[in-house]
Amino acid sequence: MTRIRKAFENKKAFIAFVTGGDPDLETTEALIPQMAAAGADLIEIGIPFSDPIAEGVVIQAADERALRAGTTTDKLFDMVKRVRSKVDIPLVFMTYINPVYTYGSERFAKRCAECGIDGIIVPDVPFEEREEVNGACEAAGIELISMIAPTSKERIDMIACQAKGFLYCVSSLGVTGVRSSITTNIREMIDHVKKVSDIPCAIGFGIATPQQAREMAAVSDGAIVGSAIVALIAQHGKNCIEPVCRYVQEMKAAVASAWCI
Amino acid sequence: MEAKKGRYGLYGGQYIPETLVPAVQEVEQAYETYKNDPAFQSELKSLMENYAGRPSLLYYAEKMTKDLGGAKIYLKREDLNHTGSHKINNVLGQALLAKKMGKRRVIAETGAGQHGVATATAAALMGLECEIFMGKEDTDRQALNCYRMELLGAKVHPVTSGTMTLKDAVNETMREWASRMDDTLYVLGSVMGPHPFPMIVRDFQKIIGEEIKQQLMEMEGKLPDAVIACVGGGSNAMGSFYEFIPDTSVRLIGCEAAGLGVNNPKNAATITNGSIGIFHGMKSLFCQDEYGQIAPVYSISAGLDYPGIGPEHAHLNETGRAEYVPVTDDEAVEAFEYLSRTEGIIPAIESAHAVACAKKIAPSLGKDQILVVTISGRGDKDVAAIARYRGVKIFD
Repeated sequence: MTRIRKAFENKKAFIAFVTGGDPDLETTEALIPQMAAAGADLIEIGIPFSDPIAEGVVIQAADERALRAGTTTDKLFDMVKRVRSKVDIPLVFMTYINPVYTYGSERFAKRCAECGIDGIIVPDVPFEEREEVNGACEAAGIELISMIAPTSKERIDMIACQAKGFLYCVSSLGVTGVRSSITTNIREMIDHVKKVSDIPCAIGFGIATPQQAREMAAVSDGAIVGSAIVALIAQHGKNCIEPVCRYVQEMKAAVASAWCI
Repeated sequence: MEAKKGRYGLYGGQYIPETLVPAVQEVEQAYETYKNDPAFQSELKSLMENYAGRPSLLYYAEKMTKDLGGAKIYLKREDLNHTGSHKINNVLGQALLAKKMGKRRVIAETGAGQHGVATATAAALMGLECEIFMGKEDTDRQALNCYRMELLGAKVHPVTSGTMTLKDAVNETMREWASRMDDTLYVLGSVMGPHPFPMIVRDFQKIIGEEIKQQLMEMEGKLPDAVIACVGGGSNAMGSFYEFIPDTSVRLIGCEAAGLGVNNPKNAATITNGSIGIFHGMKSLFCQDEYGQIAPVYSISAGLDYPGIGPEHAHLNETGRAEYVPVTDDEAVEAFEYLSRTEGIIPAIESAHAVACAKKIAPSLGKDQILVVTISGRGDKDVAAIARYRGVKIFD
């Protein structure tokens, strides 16, 4: 069983996102093991990109801060390699296709494997273009995480059948960011997936409060939280570790409580 | 699996978030239906002739020809179209497509504002809601065009993310489309973005080259020796070139914005300085760093201030069928003033890049040779910026 699958074994997973290098690499390096200790079952590390078209304003700003601080793909690889020896949970990269493609998909995937990255999420590579990276990921033994969205409908079958690791279920139209309510019929989406695949489904986009996390986890296998964590990092800068970990504990408890619903 | 659709050699593709895939596929299917529909084509033809004012003139620039003392120069006057640029060709097509698809709202990015103005115009004509995304830097540089869009009933959103120019306007329009696609079509302004946009925009713009060929046949009885056009994303150039691609005797020359010079970081010369990447839905050439971070580009021309180029241009460059040359701000401004004084035609600063290139090569060609330069738009919008560039104060 892969490390990603294990994160969903006999529990609902709480997945936390941070932009790598925001506000600087030292902070991210210290933060990741602390988030794992606070209960994160899987951590997504964003490789900052100049033009993150799937992100809302909070993560856009984080990408800008990280790039201004001098973060590069190579520095992130080195940082992850150091962090890997301190944590057992799965770590995945979330970035856009251009940083992967210009690095060289094979070289990128190989380096991921060497540094202990378990998978990658590339939101601007849809199912039809996945061969751009999938072959390289398979060869290196890392998992390319697929996404479905509220618009996917009849596309869900083919995407779910090919999905690896877990399926990233986008809760709402639009970009990442906190939403006061999620109106998509998530249960219907997840039921559709489960008819064709046993892939774990985690829901992301718009989740910020423990109540939302609990509700989303209740109808799926886990909840993904990005912007709410990144907003805490923006607010506290280098001193973000304590408030972020407190938040992670609270969210993890909410997600875990969905197990018995 | 249709992994290779919408490709121009290595370039092109459909690299977009899953949320947008069904919307883009819907456009693809609708376009496949309507491009061969005689009723759609006749409606579009009528709009082109009776609203946009096509065909546009092919004007023999006699004074410029004499002054340069070489090839005979013809100007394809897209500046005379309604709204003042070639952009109207594409938006009439896409707005009509939006209507047929049952959409009631269009959104678009704009750089110089020409595409925004054209989209707002077509939306007004066809009774569609319209919202335009424009980099904050460009809303400042092109304040007049902003107000024109508002006059036409559009809502203009200044984009304050990133470098606050054209690429950021594209980012923001894509984000907006991903949040609302049921009733909305993204009217992309150039031969770029995910498939099918590079194809659709080229098809709606190829009328430029078709007219050039026919008009020149009537006037000179032969093909031109070269067709020259400016390139940002590349829609007026693709429109000018496409008809001539099989005519291998015709040189196709795209002029990209070199800003302060190709060796100065402040430029937007994608073919000269760019490398292959995947961005804004397409595999193409981009100005970027070694880690694939898109470079903050610069040109005096807001319409050419874009770090990428349409995938079909990248392919034409690779196969050698078209050639691409850098033109600096200085050269473009000089050509802007030159055409104004020589022919009494004030070109858009974008088009002035093509004029500058013609000025460079015409003298070395024989008097029996013919250059066609596409004047993609008129320069009224640029007058204030050129005055600033020359240090002339025209407002209090």
